[in-house]
Amino acid sequence: MRFVRGVAGLLGELLVTVGVVLLLFVGWQLWWTDVVSDTDAAQVVDALQADFDSPDWVQPKHVKLGDAFAIVRIPLFGSTFARPLYEGTTRDILQRGIGHYIDTAMPGEVGNLAMAGHRTTYGKPFNRIATLEKGDVVLVETKSTWYVYRVSGHEIVPPTQVSVLLPVPNQPDAEPTEAVLTMTSCHPEFSARERFVVHATLDASYPHDQGVPADVLEVS
Amino acid sequence: MSFYGLIWRLLPGPTALKAVEAAVLALVVVAVLFVWVFPAVAPYMPFNDTTVGQ
Repeated sequence: MRFVRGVAGLLGELLVTVGVVLLLFVGWQLWWTDVVSDTDAAQVVDALQADFDSPDWVQPKHVKLGDAFAIVRIPLFGSTFARPLYEGTTRDILQRGIGHYIDTAMPGEVGNLAMAGHRTTYGKPFNRIATLEKGDVVLVETKSTWYVYRVSGHEIVPPTQVSVLLPVPNQPDAEPTEAVLTMTSCHPEFSARERFVVHATLDASYPHDQGVPADVLEVS
Repeated sequence: MSFYGLIWRLLPGPTALKAVEAAVLALVVVAVLFVWVFPAVAPYMPFNDTTVGQ
């Protein structure tokens, strides 16, 4: 009898421990990854801005995998929303900010500037991607230029639909004539079943020194 | 038989000190989980994919 009670006690302790560890994991995933990524992203944005201001720093034509080279700002996500744009979309890169699909267009270039970002966890840069509507502004800042892209629409696609990244999205044989931008994130939230995809078109660009007109940053 | 009871008995010092030691032990466990275990496990979770690709 005493032995049975002892085993039951140990089993109980084990189950309680497992439960606590699972709760800790949820807390880590939903809260701590945001804390770590947000802190890191803010530092990288600050460093990039210092680079942009430095006469010695040159905007790279071919960015090394994992390097940050531009800043993405989306006024609808808040006036202080700024995330580094890294070259590449590996897991490690996306845990630090927004990733640029390699071999897609660079900011302002004719073709498709395609990027991926987390919708939940790891700083969740694209948490509110589904709130973007036609005409909303996506700013891409480089050393020389502010590129103003405006949302043209969205679609929900299976994870295998890589055609959204084409120079002219979803049109394999078309020759690109304009600069577009594509954002991908997971859909539905907390699931990897589908992808939420937002397309935008380059609307204007301004020299970096000049800055962006205030009305562009206004959220209606 | 109790795993946590055994730890409690093995901790040296008066009750107040034991409580502090237990708290420190718990913090160490949480830190190990946060820094090494959870980051290693997270890629196997089914909700973190944001890219399109094969």
